[in-house]
Amino acid sequence: MSGSTHTTRWRDSLADLLFRGLTQLAALTVLALILAIMAVLIDKAWPAFHTFGLKFFTSTDWDPVTNKFSALTSIYGTLITSLIALIIAVPVSFGIALFVTELAPQWLRRPVSTAVELLAAIPSIIYGMWGLFVFAPLFADKAQPWISSHLGHWPIIGGLFQGPPIGIGVFTAGLILAIMVIPFITSVMRDVFDVVPIVLKESAYGIGCTTWEVMWNVVLPYTRIGVVGGIMLGLGRALGETMAVTFVIGNSHDISLALFMPGNTISSTLANEFSEAVGPLYTSSLIALGLILFFVTFVVLAIAKLLLLRVEAREGAKT
Amino acid sequence: MAQNKRYLFRRGVNLFNLGMSMVATVFGLFWLAWLLWTLVSHGVRALNLNLFLQDTPPPGAPGGMANAIIGSLMLTAVGVLIGTPVGILAGTWLAEYGRANRLASLIRFINDILLSAPSIVIGVFVYGVLVAPLGHFSGWSGGVSLAIIMLPVVLRTTEDMMRLVPDQMREAAAALGAPRWKVTVFIVQRASIAGMLTGVILGTARISGETAPLLFTALNNQFHSTDMSQPMANLPVMIFQFAMSPYEGWQQLAWAGALIITAAILILSISARLLLRANTFEK
Repeated sequence: MSGSTHTTRWRDSLADLLFRGLTQLAALTVLALILAIMAVLIDKAWPAFHTFGLKFFTSTDWDPVTNKFSALTSIYGTLITSLIALIIAVPVSFGIALFVTELAPQWLRRPVSTAVELLAAIPSIIYGMWGLFVFAPLFADKAQPWISSHLGHWPIIGGLFQGPPIGIGVFTAGLILAIMVIPFITSVMRDVFDVVPIVLKESAYGIGCTTWEVMWNVVLPYTRIGVVGGIMLGLGRALGETMAVTFVIGNSHDISLALFMPGNTISSTLANEFSEAVGPLYTSSLIALGLILFFVTFVVLAIAKLLLLRVEAREGAKT
Repeated sequence: MAQNKRYLFRRGVNLFNLGMSMVATVFGLFWLAWLLWTLVSHGVRALNLNLFLQDTPPPGAPGGMANAIIGSLMLTAVGVLIGTPVGILAGTWLAEYGRANRLASLIRFINDILLSAPSIVIGVFVYGVLVAPLGHFSGWSGGVSLAIIMLPVVLRTTEDMMRLVPDQMREAAAALGAPRWKVTVFIVQRASIAGMLTGVILGTARISGETAPLLFTALNNQFHSTDMSQPMANLPVMIFQFAMSPYEGWQQLAWAGALIITAAILILSISARLLLRANTFEK
């Protein structure tokens, strides 16, 4: 009797050990994966960095015929489209989060949140098709001529609004990116607004603040770390977004300050040229672009995560 | 008098900004409605039974997208079949063994970054490890890149859902003498099965629309092929190529494909939500 219990115990602890080892192994694949991604990208990108050196970051050459490549135009396009996206998406997301947490009647909150989140479920290729075939022609026809003729002659900023009225270009890409990141920023903002202690808000209302003043002077300062984290999360998404941008940015390897001019981003260049790249240096340069993108999004997402972790820690400390 | 003016001004600012917040909400929902309307109006015209029976045609000829639909199902299946077990096991470790543990925090952190990492970079990575060394594009490499995108989604949801299970249940089972793995599998995972399933469904929805990582892994195939070691037709890349083509018939097919894939994804994500809601209400 006692012998059989002993074997059972022994078998159980072996099973425990195996189970723990198996799950830990699975968890470690996540680390292995990120290290492998970095190693492979660095290894394959090395020839390009080695050949072009620092010029890879400062020159604007992109010529497969003469084998001259550099990253500056793609980096510029990636940053400027993401910047446009944030300029549009941040206030809109704030507005939606304000509406959902403070204004909307209870029965409307969930449907509105779900609908906004569905924007994130739609595949990016659908945004691209819609942008190219539906939005761009309409924009070129109706809005662009008006904007160019009215704002195009303003001093300093006028140059931004010039370009051929073809609907596609840097601005269109930025606008579509904005729509795509709104659900991500909104959902973080909504979550952090929801955890503001009710006492804080009631105190502010008690001394006669309006809803807006409570929002702007109490809720926003209290949640600013989380809000910035949400914005960084949206930025990380915008930087790496590929298919939607590829459809509407026009794919030109030129830097232009005008927002209606075609451009390119790191991801759109990869999507367009990678499977057709001929020669090791061409492929290596494209992978080098991928590495730069990975590095930048890694840093941005890491900052986002660290900020959101601080919010969580504060929440945890209170309860 | 001056006080009254100040009051009216504050009221005005308040009213204006709250109005703007409603405008922002309408602005966000407006794009959703426009997108869906575009899909339906363009897609329904191109819908017919042949889409599911015939393969992708050469330009100008009639045809369907049966090969792309089958290819997409196979690629997604490979992604789900690899991504799900690894994700669930890893999430289990984080929830049960990695509560106050440096390594677990690091894995959690990296996983959240992978969750939002650009999918095109995953494609480049898989190209570097599977496509370039073997010398050709293949269905397997496409499936693997989808699995890498699936993994963080499943991991995150599994951990979150298992953590919702109260510790008293674990302690009660342990007190009865159950070994730890039995506590985890038969008590904790059983209690959170609906939530874990939600994660799998959401992950499936996410990878079935992914285009970028397939561009240089599975590539595409004009013909019917179920050979995973060869380039494989799939809906997203087909939509991309056909939409960018100058041929009217191909563009029509692209719209039909876009409608089918979006409908499938929206059904998946809405059912995941309903499933989760039904099961959180019980508690």
